Amino acid sequence: MTAPRAATAYWIGFGAVLALLIAAPLVLPEFWRRFVTEILIWGLLAMSSDILIGYTGMISFGHSAFFGLGMYGAAAALLTVRPPNLWLALLYGLIGAGVIAAFVAYFATRLRDIYFAITTLVFSQIFYVIIFTWTEVTGGENGLTFRQPPFSVPAVLSVPFTPVTLHWFVLAVVALSYLILRRVTQSPFGMVLQSIRENEPRTRAIGYHVERYKIVAVMLSGLFAGLAGVLYALQNKFAAPDFVFFLVSGEVVIFNVMGGMGTLVGPVAGAAFFLLLREVFSRFFTEYYLIPVGVIFTLMVVFMPQGLLGFLRRRLNQ
Amino acid sequence: MAEQLLIQLLIGLSSGMILALVASGLTLIFGIMDVVNFAHGELFMLGAYVGTTVLVATGSFWLALLVASVTIALLGAGLHITTLRPLLGRDPLTTILATFGLSLVLQNYALWQYGPVARKIQEPITSQFQFFHIQFPWYRIVIALLSAAIIGALWLFLKYGKYGIWIRATTQDRIMASAMGIPVPLVHTAVFAIGSAMAAASGVLFGPLVGVNHAMGLDWILKAFIVVVVGGMGNLAGSILASLLVSLLEAFASLWVSPAQAVIVSFVVLILTLLFRPTGLFVPTPK
Repeated sequence: MTAPRAATAYWIGFGAVLALLIAAPLVLPEFWRRFVTEILIWGLLAMSSDILIGYTGMISFGHSAFFGLGMYGAAAALLTVRPPNLWLALLYGLIGAGVIAAFVAYFATRLRDIYFAITTLVFSQIFYVIIFTWTEVTGGENGLTFRQPPFSVPAVLSVPFTPVTLHWFVLAVVALSYLILRRVTQSPFGMVLQSIRENEPRTRAIGYHVERYKIVAVMLSGLFAGLAGVLYALQNKFAAPDFVFFLVSGEVVIFNVMGGMGTLVGPVAGAAFFLLLREVFSRFFTEYYLIPVGVIFTLMVVFMPQGLLGFLRRRLNQ
Repeated sequence: MAEQLLIQLLIGLSSGMILALVASGLTLIFGIMDVVNFAHGELFMLGAYVGTTVLVATGSFWLALLVASVTIALLGAGLHITTLRPLLGRDPLTTILATFGLSLVLQNYALWQYGPVARKIQEPITSQFQFFHIQFPWYRIVIALLSAAIIGALWLFLKYGKYGIWIRATTQDRIMASAMGIPVPLVHTAVFAIGSAMAAASGVLFGPLVGVNHAMGLDWILKAFIVVVVGGMGNLAGSILASLLVSLLEAFASLWVSPAQAVIVSFVVLILTLLFRPTGLFVPTPK
């Protein structure tokens, strides 16, 4: 297939999926509309960690920290600034996640492979313990609740979100993030990340400062994870320590493996697949749905390491 | 104050030895087959549960300890054959993912099977001795010594036992060992079973001190990971020293802060280690 035709096919596919997602809240019943919005938010989180897992070859078990700090950052903006401002919530969330990501990146990128995975896990638990025990500021176990800010363009308009417009807002943010992340992975910077994944010593030998690239990759990933956290906080109007707990990071890794690492779209599909499985199995197994889901996940690791969309990997990265 | 410190010293040493037992199983599995066993905490937890069941049925703590270790060793061998053997030769990172999947299944299985209410294991030795102003349970001393004995036996086995030598040979050079007629896959399965048994034994031993519930594995796996990284991964002696160090520091820290916050001490130790000795505190020469 020649390059221009492949690109056309790609953009047609992208447009079609986008159109479906725009139309979705208008036709779906309340429950499934909310379901699709949640998939988009978790999908963004999964995409952000794909930068590390799929493109740089570093498994992060600490993405819940960035996600959670995004949530608490948004909460801080919405609780302290009157009137609540959407853009300020975004900004605070990104700052929160960015600072944490810089901190984690500085220490964790000194290590490779499993050491990196364990270190990110431990860091996310540090933040979990801090948030869980610092009750005066974070609300401790109960978390923080707040009101949803209206959608606003400064000095032009300010309208409260409805479920449908919130879905569109989330969709716009996620689609934009996808395009940015896709552009990043195709840029020279992204190429260096992929060459670190393929052969780190050789990348170093060519003369790239591998640690610096890794630090930037972790920070980038953390920022987008924080963005997902802000969106989740906006949708659910609370921030809770449960979302900083490392099981959330584990779920993010599951999304990546199920959907297909290194494709950006795959993790979103993985999130959708996981949430659907959870929905289906919790009807039969109630809260023990993780037993069958865990079995399916383990089987996929062994027999289907590329995930659902892994076969598209080359196409999607053109 | 000095007596407080001595009491915490004793508490820290005894929980440090249990942690060392968990961590040496983990580090054994990692050192020999590059598998980071995320399900290790779950094996610890399931061991404790099997222990409660046997204890209720027979009333004998020591029998419970034995049965739990054997059962979990068999379970570990089964898990290794079904999920980890097919991954041999692939990126070691995939073993993290596979064992993470296993840990989800095992943890939720325990929740399903045993329910969310914590169970208690009755300690076999209830007598206490006067230690300054408190009554210190003998049981804590006994488990520390017992853990030390198990680890010592493992060390002797690795050093002098025929199969121990097989295991060490497999660690050094998998292909060469295989060429010398050592059944490498079998050795791997056996090592996984031994590590699982150690996790189960520590679960039963520690059960009386904390109560058994389905989430107890989480705390332990995290601490064991920290200890294993601080001690230098795959380094048995390092993990044991690091276990003692971390547990002592946590015990002393709990004099001033709540136990939930004392956990942070071990995190700080980890960060400092990563900063100054990324290969581990107790590794003689950094690679």
